[in-house]
Amino acid sequence: MSDMAIDTPRAAAEPAFDRAKALSAFKLGDATFYWLTRASAILVLLMLGGIIISLIIGAWPAMRAFGFEFLWTQRWAPSAHPTPVLGALGPIYGTILTSFIAMLIAVPVGLGIAIFLTELCPPFLKQPIAIAVELLAGIPSIIYGMWGFFVLGPFLADTFEPAIVSAFENVPILNTLFAGPASNLSLFNASLVLSIMILPFITAISRDVFATVPPVLKEAAYGIGCTTWEVVKNVVLPYTRVGVIGGVMLALGRALGETMAVTFIIGNSFRISSSLFAPGTTISAAIASEFAESDGVHQSALILLGLLLFVLTFCVLTAARLMLRRLEKRAGA
Amino acid sequence: MNNAIYASRKRGDKIVKALCYAAAIFGVGWLCLILYTLLANGLAGLSLRIFTEMTPPPGAHDGGLLNAIVGSLIMTVIGVGIGTPIGLFAGTWLAEYGRHSQLTNVIRFVNDILLSAPSIIIGLFIYGAIVVPMGGFSGFAGAIALAVIVIPVVVRTTEDMLLLVPLPLREAASALGLPRAYVITRIAYKAARSGLITGILLATARVAGETAPLLFTALSNQFWSLNLGGTMANLPVTINNFVNNPDPNWKQLAWTGALLITVSVLTLNIVARVLGAERKPK
Repeated sequence: MSDMAIDTPRAAAEPAFDRAKALSAFKLGDATFYWLTRASAILVLLMLGGIIISLIIGAWPAMRAFGFEFLWTQRWAPSAHPTPVLGALGPIYGTILTSFIAMLIAVPVGLGIAIFLTELCPPFLKQPIAIAVELLAGIPSIIYGMWGFFVLGPFLADTFEPAIVSAFENVPILNTLFAGPASNLSLFNASLVLSIMILPFITAISRDVFATVPPVLKEAAYGIGCTTWEVVKNVVLPYTRVGVIGGVMLALGRALGETMAVTFIIGNSFRISSSLFAPGTTISAAIASEFAESDGVHQSALILLGLLLFVLTFCVLTAARLMLRRLEKRAGA
Repeated sequence: MNNAIYASRKRGDKIVKALCYAAAIFGVGWLCLILYTLLANGLAGLSLRIFTEMTPPPGAHDGGLLNAIVGSLIMTVIGVGIGTPIGLFAGTWLAEYGRHSQLTNVIRFVNDILLSAPSIIIGLFIYGAIVVPMGGFSGFAGAIALAVIVIPVVVRTTEDMLLLVPLPLREAASALGLPRAYVITRIAYKAARSGLITGILLATARVAGETAPLLFTALSNQFWSLNLGGTMANLPVTINNFVNNPDPNWKQLAWTGALLITVSVLTLNIVARVLGAERKPK
């Protein structure tokens, strides 16, 4: 009490500090911050709009020149006379095929690693293996490309592919699918590298959704004598189905748009070949390898390819996100 | 009869378990193989001149990667510098102001799409939006392309981290009369600091090795250039140009560059993970 009495002069000086002014400064800062954050949030929306609009503007000349023919023309001849003939069938086929094969390999392996991490792994190994798999996702895609080109490609072409080709020589359908000559640059090599690249996405998401299974459910299943595999098959997978599919679709979105690694090893051939061991191309590889030296309708056609890729990944990613969101809602409820 | 069923169930279980082990070895094996290849090929060319000399013309026996390293650093720093505040603010709005707004759901969804959009599409976007209007390839366009990739990553982690900050902290600050903006910047940001830093580091790691969006925005060149208005040398595109060349010197430089990029990206990733893990036990 007495302290306050002593401080009276200072207390009297206090009102010099303008309360109204400070409050208005606070208010201004508050409003500025609000609008700054809000504008940034809306900028995210505008970015997506900007991407779509700029792709459509860039692709417009090609759309006018080729129309829907673009989708099912295989020939890609930017310097043909009198007018260039450009068709997207080759890249679309390559994109879908490589992603499909990559998923065939990566989904079982990714799920296997996730099951290993959640059900089988000794605790001290859990963290290192999880980190190692996630670091695979961190390696830049150009590194995968170099590695695929210099290490994996020669190995596949010299040992693996000739063996497969000769093994299926006399089997009707498979001998066109696996036809020689084996090459460093092929659809199959690209698919394999893609599968390694998307593995971490599938593993990370499946592991996270596997962790959402209530332990009671699993314990009950183990309690009535189920084996680990039966628990996974009958309890874990059904419970997490939506989330796993969402994760797989997310990985598919990655695979469809992957660029540099594929550009290195797919061989950039616009011809569709029935053999998996033949060179091909994907949408992103076509853009990456030709865009810088293109102009006019050729460039516009490449942007149109980009637009197609964007629409394709947009659909896949939308489906993935909707599924994952449904799971989140259920987990929250 | 019963025994046969037991045996087959046991066998099935064993097979699947073995396959899971094999899958784990497969996954970790690739990482080891790739790192081994990089080390074996990259270390051979690692010397001081990598950091002191320019990229050489074809046929030369010396030269380094100085201009490419510096160009990459400049573009990454500018890209992260532009992208981080935007992403941070946008994530803040989603988590703090718009938590119950319908717009938030839309923005979050759009952000998720951008997060996984192919990076080559970002390159095409910047080509149409900046390179063409500005009349040529430029380091500036490359930096903006990287910023566009950084933003969704930072938005996502910022939102997630701010949502983890307990509400009572904010309520206590508000009860003391602190305006909302101060509650967020002084209290929420502080509580979520290590998470926010993790997000920024992960975003940096993500763009540090990006090649596709730089191919037709920054292009690349062979000389010392700090001019953001012109083409700018950068490590990923230099690797891309050098690696397919028969010149052994160029190829060696490409491998060394690849080693540098991978080591820095993985280091960033590990640091980010360690920082992020520090938070959890609390």
